[in-house]
Amino acid sequence: MALSTRESGSSVEGGLTPPSDASPVGLRGQSPRSEAASAFAGRPTSLWRDAWRRLLRNKLAVAGGVVVILLVLIAVSADFLAPYSYTKTNFGRLNEGPTRAYPFGTDQLGRDMLSRMIYGARVSMLVGLGAQVIVVLIGVPIGALAGWVGGRVDTALTRFIDVMYAFPRLLFVILVMSMLGAGLMNIFIAIGLTGWVGIARQTRAQVLALRQKEFVEGARALGAPSWRLLIRHVLPNALSPIVVAVTFGIPEAIFTEAALSFIGVGINPPTPSWGQMVGEGQQYLRSAWHLCVVPSIAIAITMLSFTFLGDGVRDALDPRLK
Amino acid sequence: MVQFAISRVLWLIPTLLAMALVTFLVMHATPGSPLDPVSEGANPLSPEAQRNLAAHYGLDRPLHEQFVIFLRNAVQGDFGNSFVYRTRTVREILADTFPVSLLLGSMALVLAVAGGLALGILAAVYQNRSWDYVSVTLATAGVAVPNFVLAVFFIILFSFIIPLFPTGGWDSPRNWVLPTITLALAPMGIIARFTRASMLEVIRADYTLTARAKGLAEAPVIFKHALKNALIPIVTLLGPMFAAVGTGSFFVESIYRVPGMGRFFVLSMTGRDYPMIMAVVLTYGAFLAIMNLVVDLAYGALDPRIRL
Repeated sequence: MALSTRESGSSVEGGLTPPSDASPVGLRGQSPRSEAASAFAGRPTSLWRDAWRRLLRNKLAVAGGVVVILLVLIAVSADFLAPYSYTKTNFGRLNEGPTRAYPFGTDQLGRDMLSRMIYGARVSMLVGLGAQVIVVLIGVPIGALAGWVGGRVDTALTRFIDVMYAFPRLLFVILVMSMLGAGLMNIFIAIGLTGWVGIARQTRAQVLALRQKEFVEGARALGAPSWRLLIRHVLPNALSPIVVAVTFGIPEAIFTEAALSFIGVGINPPTPSWGQMVGEGQQYLRSAWHLCVVPSIAIAITMLSFTFLGDGVRDALDPRLK
Repeated sequence: MVQFAISRVLWLIPTLLAMALVTFLVMHATPGSPLDPVSEGANPLSPEAQRNLAAHYGLDRPLHEQFVIFLRNAVQGDFGNSFVYRTRTVREILADTFPVSLLLGSMALVLAVAGGLALGILAAVYQNRSWDYVSVTLATAGVAVPNFVLAVFFIILFSFIIPLFPTGGWDSPRNWVLPTITLALAPMGIIARFTRASMLEVIRADYTLTARAKGLAEAPVIFKHALKNALIPIVTLLGPMFAAVGTGSFFVESIYRVPGMGRFFVLSMTGRDYPMIMAVVLTYGAFLAIMNLVVDLAYGALDPRIRL
């Protein structure tokens, strides 16, 4: 253990830098882990702390992050924020443009667009974040197993991964959804079934590269059992590409849900979802454009925010790519 | 090289087989049947009619038999009759619609490659200046914003506010403009981002410095020395690009009412049109797999450093 945490980081130049507020190295799980960290000024700070600092310097990423936090807050407090129930219809005021009573107008059934948008944020965030949990839970163990065990297990798993990779992703998701039927649970299943492949590949490549490093050998020489080597020494060091993959996986999942709901196999009505609102509003594009435009703008802003944040996280964790 | 090519071509067979099997299993392992009434709440067919229909379409046989029969016919190019469009065979439908999707996809790809390269080169040459920000923002927007959302904006902008193009249809080249642009933006963004990164790396390389040092003007340095080398990694992108254009066209086609494969795909899925689903999945799958193969081989031929 000790070998691995002190491994690459506490460089000699540590004393040359001006005293900073950075905490000393050696904290478990926070040690400098890659060349990226030591190449960066040689200060005794951790990879994650450096990355965080670089991320904060990236204005687009910060803006994206702020929007994401806002969206999460809206999703969490939808019950308090929404002025009406998302199912309450008002047949006297169909397809009405923005007014004071209905700031975003009403939809084809006279439901308040603002309330539906607020609840739609909940679906998007739930799918974006929830699906990634499932994807990581499936992808990381499979990739780690393939890379760590090697041999026939690796060959079999890699073949399987390759076949799944060849499958056009969205096509498969639409297939699974139209067979299972619409619904939030089924969206998780469909994205989980298809989304793990990329992360599994990443994890496998990382584990393969790391298992031959000296610090793993050192820990093995000290008598650490194989599972402990993998979980305590190899996986934590493989974390940053996985984090990047997850950050980009979130907008992809949100896009998938919106696309599915758009063609009518995603979220079951009356639960509102932005994609579904665009799909349903499409036929009123000429007469009541706000039905389509309001959720379209929301989708665009959400996707852009997550993408900017993802770009920022990637650049922060691996500055060489910039 | 030849050996690699042969083994890759042979790998297509198990890949497509596995794809067919997975699709088949997903279709049959999930609740529901093509004999169910199409509209919700409609009266179901009488048990007798259901039995007859099942026998007619071979749905009463054991699953493994159905799969083998499907494979035997599919190898001969026969995908059977569509369940939804009962008077037509799947092959006829595909023969009608695939060329339309192919035309739309090809136009979008050409536009994406041309636009993406231009944006990427501009961004790299003017790194951290306004051109860079413009093209990076455009590229990110193209990648991030779903194409059905873009389609909504385009229709409102270019059909309603400024009536330049029709909202849909496929009769004249004027109808082709909006769907092509909509479909091209996502791959264009991807290409632009990668071109920028690749160009930045090459511009800093020693041989570019040499070219500058010997007194070449900026244009030949960029186009003859840098771009040529920067292009090589971009070639690998074309594989995923075909996938993006292929699946993206489902949405673009349904919004702009383009009579391509995409619309049939969605309809056949929700209607549990088994023969149609199998055919569409395999057509797309085979197309993507072959394109990936071509791209890999071309990559090996372009870059002698890569040993296949």
